Amino acid sequence: MDLHLNAPYCMGTIVGVTYDDGVVLGADSRMTIGMLVANDSVSDKITQLTDKVYICRSGPAAVLEFVSDYVRNILDQQTIQFGQPATVKATANLVRLFSYKNTNAIQMGQMGMIVGGWDKYEGGQIFAVAQGGTILKLPYAIDGSGSSGIEGFLDRAWKEGMSKDKAEKLVVKAVSLAIASDAASGGAVRTVTINSDGVRKNCYPPDSLPLCDDKRRRTKTKKTTTTRTERRIDAPKP
Amino acid sequence: MSSIGTGYDLSVTTFSPDGRVFQIEYAAKAVDNSGTVIGIKCKDGIVLGVEKLISSKMMLPGSNRRIHAVHRHSGMAVAGLAADGRQIVARAKSEAASYERVYGEAIPVKELADRVASYVHLCTLYWWLRPFGCGIILGGYDREGPQLYMIEPSGISYRYFGAAIGKGRQAAKTEIEKLKLSEMTCREGVIEVAKIIYAVHDEAKDKAFELEMSWVCDESNCQHQKVPDDLLEQAKAAAKAALEEMDAD
Repeated sequence: MDLHLNAPYCMGTIVGVTYDDGVVLGADSRMTIGMLVANDSVSDKITQLTDKVYICRSGPAAVLEFVSDYVRNILDQQTIQFGQPATVKATANLVRLFSYKNTNAIQMGQMGMIVGGWDKYEGGQIFAVAQGGTILKLPYAIDGSGSSGIEGFLDRAWKEGMSKDKAEKLVVKAVSLAIASDAASGGAVRTVTINSDGVRKNCYPPDSLPLCDDKRRRTKTKKTTTTRTERRIDAPKP
Repeated sequence: MSSIGTGYDLSVTTFSPDGRVFQIEYAAKAVDNSGTVIGIKCKDGIVLGVEKLISSKMMLPGSNRRIHAVHRHSGMAVAGLAADGRQIVARAKSEAASYERVYGEAIPVKELADRVASYVHLCTLYWWLRPFGCGIILGGYDREGPQLYMIEPSGISYRYFGAAIGKGRQAAKTEIEKLKLSEMTCREGVIEVAKIIYAVHDEAKDKAFELEMSWVCDESNCQHQKVPDDLLEQAKAAAKAALEEMDAD
């Protein structure tokens, strides 16, 4: 595998949850090039595909931008043909077909996408599209390098039939936790809430997040004195 | 109704001076000579019925099907040249499968009708192809509800409440117009279609015929399937009784 380490990656953390009336998608906003943080505030990892279907992107930035443009182009034509916007399932299927058919060509590392949206037939739906083209319909999904740290949290915290505000708070908290524990995630948390009424976008700047790196590990402990002897393993024996 | 387009009817790529393409009209005549095919849209689904003329007593009943399933939710009944019809059905099946592969969902019936109509039309554009000599009645049940389309050899496709093609189409259309389709269930529709087909069958000109019916409705779980045998027998009996009543008058 030929990782283009000097190309921009938007690994980060992406989250998508369903609630009673629709879906909430969330992502951090850090873009990395190799070991460096290229940008911590501008990138928007949640991209529009049709009126009410958005995709969260995690992986090589160039490839994912292309996928979004390509799928959006096909869906624009399909909308004109059918006279109504495409369903979430059809959109997710197009995304995963691209992933599946180009698995060998895309040799740039792990790519994970979450397609989420609302359509009038099935309501709010989340589809996780993994590297290689697997598609899974799930009540909630996470992906990106920071996602492994919040697997347990989201499993515990997600409840069926949440309200919109609760769902959005959950997504923000999940992404903040991921930012705190993952080097490739950071910056602001962007959310997109999609339901029958429409689409609402929010951006939570880094200082407004519930948990930041420095605050997370600070715990209140009793003051104790301990003597510690430190021995360096490579110190030469006298 | 019929006219001879002397000189302008040799090729499908030739227009006549009054703007007609005679080859397509001749193709439609092939449809007019075949057994009657009827489709109706009831309030809960579609019923298709075919008057299958039996050319030989040696043919096995139930063979030579004229109604074909295209997808789980839709089927088409073919009037006209049966071999041409097979080609169209194969294409329709392939379109439905390809749509599902790309978009992950069952093809909407309207889209299927559009694609089949485009294909039929395609074969009227080139001098090295001849038009299909068959008319199609396509019935399906998707998210928008039950829908009925008719596709003519010219490639025109319209959506209908009730459609009839073939020999007895004029009489059949008159009968269909008398029915209150929006209040009828498919169960009742099956009986009515059978009655109409028996009524328009010309005993003098054609000998035996076999009645073939299919439906796609709430009762069949929105799947296209043959009408259940017991209901078919019931329909045939009702149709024969109605015929005797008419003869008695």
